[in-house]
Amino acid sequence: MKTYLKTTINGEDKELLCEPRQSLLDVLRDELELTGTKEGCNNGNCGACNIMLDGRLVNSCMVLALEAQGKQVETIEGVADTEGLHPLQEVFLEEAALQCGICTPGFILSAKSLLEKNPNPTEDDVRLWLAGNLCRCTGYDKIVRAVLESAKRLSESPQSEVAS
Amino acid sequence: MSGSNNGNSQNGNGYRIIGSRPVRHDGVDKVTGRALYGADLRLSDCLHGKVLRSPHAHARILSIDTSEALASPGVKAVITSADYPETESKIIDLGEGPAILKDLRANLLADGKVLYKGHPIAAVAATDPFLAREATKKIKVEYEVLKPVLHINDAMAEGSPLLHEDLHTDSLGKKSDKPSNVAKHLRFEIGDIDKGFAEADEIFEREFDTAMVHQGYIEPHNATALWNADGHLTIWSSTQGAFSVRAQTAGILNIPESSIKAVPMEIGGGFGGKIPVYLEPIAAMLSKETGKAVKMTMDRDEVFESTGPTPGSVIKVKIGVKKNGKITAADASLAYEAGAFQGSPVNCGMMCIFAPYDIEHVRVDGYDVLVNKPKTAAYRAPGATNASMASETVIDEIARWASLDPIELRKLNAAKEGTVRADGLAYPRIGYVETLEACESHEHYKAPKEGSFRGRGVASGFWFNCGFKSSVTVSVEKDGTVRLIEGSTDIGGTRTSLAMQLAEILGIEAEDVRPMVVDTDSVGYTDITGGSRVTFATGLAVIEAGKKVQQEMARRAAQLWEVDASDVEVELDVYRSKSDSSKSITFKELAGSLDETGGALSEQASVSPQGVGGGFGTHIVDVEVDPDTGKVQVLRYTAAQDVGKAIHPSYVEGQIQGGAVQGIGWAIYEGYHYNEDGHMTNANFLDYRMPTTLDLPMIDTILVEVPNPGHPFGVRGVGEVPIVPPCAALANAIYDAIGIRLRELPMNSTRVLKALLKEKGALPQGVEA
Repeated sequence: MKTYLKTTINGEDKELLCEPRQSLLDVLRDELELTGTKEGCNNGNCGACNIMLDGRLVNSCMVLALEAQGKQVETIEGVADTEGLHPLQEVFLEEAALQCGICTPGFILSAKSLLEKNPNPTEDDVRLWLAGNLCRCTGYDKIVRAVLESAKRLSESPQSEVAS
Repeated sequence: MSGSNNGNSQNGNGYRIIGSRPVRHDGVDKVTGRALYGADLRLSDCLHGKVLRSPHAHARILSIDTSEALASPGVKAVITSADYPETESKIIDLGEGPAILKDLRANLLADGKVLYKGHPIAAVAATDPFLAREATKKIKVEYEVLKPVLHINDAMAEGSPLLHEDLHTDSLGKKSDKPSNVAKHLRFEIGDIDKGFAEADEIFEREFDTAMVHQGYIEPHNATALWNADGHLTIWSSTQGAFSVRAQTAGILNIPESSIKAVPMEIGGGFGGKIPVYLEPIAAMLSKETGKAVKMTMDRDEVFESTGPTPGSVIKVKIGVKKNGKITAADASLAYEAGAFQGSPVNCGMMCIFAPYDIEHVRVDGYDVLVNKPKTAAYRAPGATNASMASETVIDEIARWASLDPIELRKLNAAKEGTVRADGLAYPRIGYVETLEACESHEHYKAPKEGSFRGRGVASGFWFNCGFKSSVTVSVEKDGTVRLIEGSTDIGGTRTSLAMQLAEILGIEAEDVRPMVVDTDSVGYTDITGGSRVTFATGLAVIEAGKKVQQEMARRAAQLWEVDASDVEVELDVYRSKSDSSKSITFKELAGSLDETGGALSEQASVSPQGVGGGFGTHIVDVEVDPDTGKVQVLRYTAAQDVGKAIHPSYVEGQIQGGAVQGIGWAIYEGYHYNEDGHMTNANFLDYRMPTTLDLPMIDTILVEVPNPGHPFGVRGVGEVPIVPPCAALANAIYDAIGIRLRELPMNSTRVLKALLKEKGALPQGVEA
């Protein structure tokens, strides 16, 4: 039987009915048509579906949609604002930190959560934090560099919400 | 030589755009989640399809009863191979090699026998993917379970169970009398192998065994099909070749190619594995049956168990060498797993195994061997990595025996322009020696090796560059920007590498070109994105179309000035009258005058180029082996490659880094693990261990640029070469660290630890080495 779900996605209240068995990933993609969050394994191993749930980084394939009841969800669709791209998104483009791009939304969400906790990470910090995100195209080199460069840019920018 | 992964753009050589690093044209869509991959497609009134797959590795299907599934909630159709339309047996071109239509069909829906765990048997369309999955469980199949054939040596043994009772070995052109699991025995031979070995002072003979590995793209396969009432079929999928989807689907369903429109969605990685179709014809059949669109996506275990990995192999190498390190003869035998149907890339392995060397007497035998595992597909330089693991570790042994530095030994024997490869091809200008020199003089190679259980390894590798066929259309907009319509699906930034070539020709900015990958109805025939061909071959189509545009723009300028077209000269984006220097107009201005000079300007080019530029790479790796656990840690990695000319150096570096890391995974982590029933026991990303950020250092790259004479900018194939050397480089580094030669892949902790314990005589009783 379908169950009522009320949750906030990228600042917008959403109300819908979903099956109790549906994952948050399924509801984001299939019910809300927010297809920026990707499915790579549906098993919590690849990080392509990473989102923020009440400020915590989670694999949305491992969370039941009903667990988002009354919570704040942030997806890739909420990372850029009307001012433009987030610095992470800009630097990913400048540093060529993506090839096929399927893992990119998950990496950006993971990196964003790292920089919110640790604005000045070392290369080792970045490598440890991103170990839950698989990328098969890049060998990670340019991704790690892009995250380090973003951290630098964010901490230099006084308006940055992350640094402040 | 130029470039490094964090260096400045090296657009010297008089180029304006080539060699610079613009932001990719599809970039914003991909960092914001807006890019639409196959699974992101949403069509109205769409059904969902799921596949019933074999629980057995080898069994005869005695009966299939779909009645209960058909009566299940939400179910609209159930199909099996009995629903295939009649067709003749023929061979169709898959892009990177031919495929037998009968096999393609039987691989998509089993016909009489199931040949691997995960082999599709039936498919269901229902209103919801969950209901479709539930209904597949209600299909009743009776099996006669047969003994699975899981290793090449077993498959080739006398009296082995047969996968196909009607398969006879095609041995050097002759068919065997008895049926067999060996589909083909091939041979390349140059010189006189016996004479070559007679000249040798020492002969090295070694045997290798490598495991099946998967491409591991993060996006699972998907397909959506709509068989319209007017008889036209539209297919949306994530594929390396929309025209190949069309050809394969038309062949399998016995309908004209022209009745199909294949729409390439964004593709989340392919590496060769998204050339064959798995879901497209099934979704089409379900759509025909139901009259509605049908969407199908695979789960990760389905991707591992039912799509094409690259083969495991058994390789024997014998190399004869003089005391001075000069190789006199090389002989190899390569047996590759084809999987459940014939067609492994063994022939490519045969061409690549001694490709870096100039050897007078060479013989290479290849065997295409069927086993009860999924039908293999291309994976980045298919067949070459297995081969290089074997030859390049023996080369390392020889260097130590001859007391030569491994790079010195390679230089002594290196292939150059004019060297004849085992398959008889004489190389055009190649840049192998230049990669060796680049490594030799690199700071990594000179750095001291410090610490115990640490070692350094070097290995080289070769891969081809394909021409095939490509088409593009270039249209000029009134604001002076240009639309570039192409059919090469973009896996790693080729929209941009093509747009940059066009911008270079037209004297405009890369950002002024708008590249678009379109469906099969909207562009001329274009072969797959594979064989490292897009920047090279589709690039040539772009250059040709760009020159046509430039010529027509000159004609338009002539019209404006009422002069003869031959009076107009072009420099970058400026068109001038030779006779009247006051007359000059820019590309942008001229574009604004298109309406006054005859209207729209659009040019097309279709090419099928020769002049391909194969490439060589040489890699250096430092490792540390944990003596207690056998874990191999990569400490430092440098990859040098002859890239011809790097159009966009960042994406060239990215190809090299990504390929090297896939090779590192292949070397020390990855492999299909089977139990005795032939069930893959690690069909998920946790147990099929691909490298993560934590496992790796930065991957340093050296872009060696020896231009390919077959391309105006010198482009060579880049994408595949970097996966070839890593396994051997790692094996050589591990030897340097612990003094043990490992000749099996993967060299994971278990294998390394066992080797260490065996060496010490400390292997516990009952543990197999």
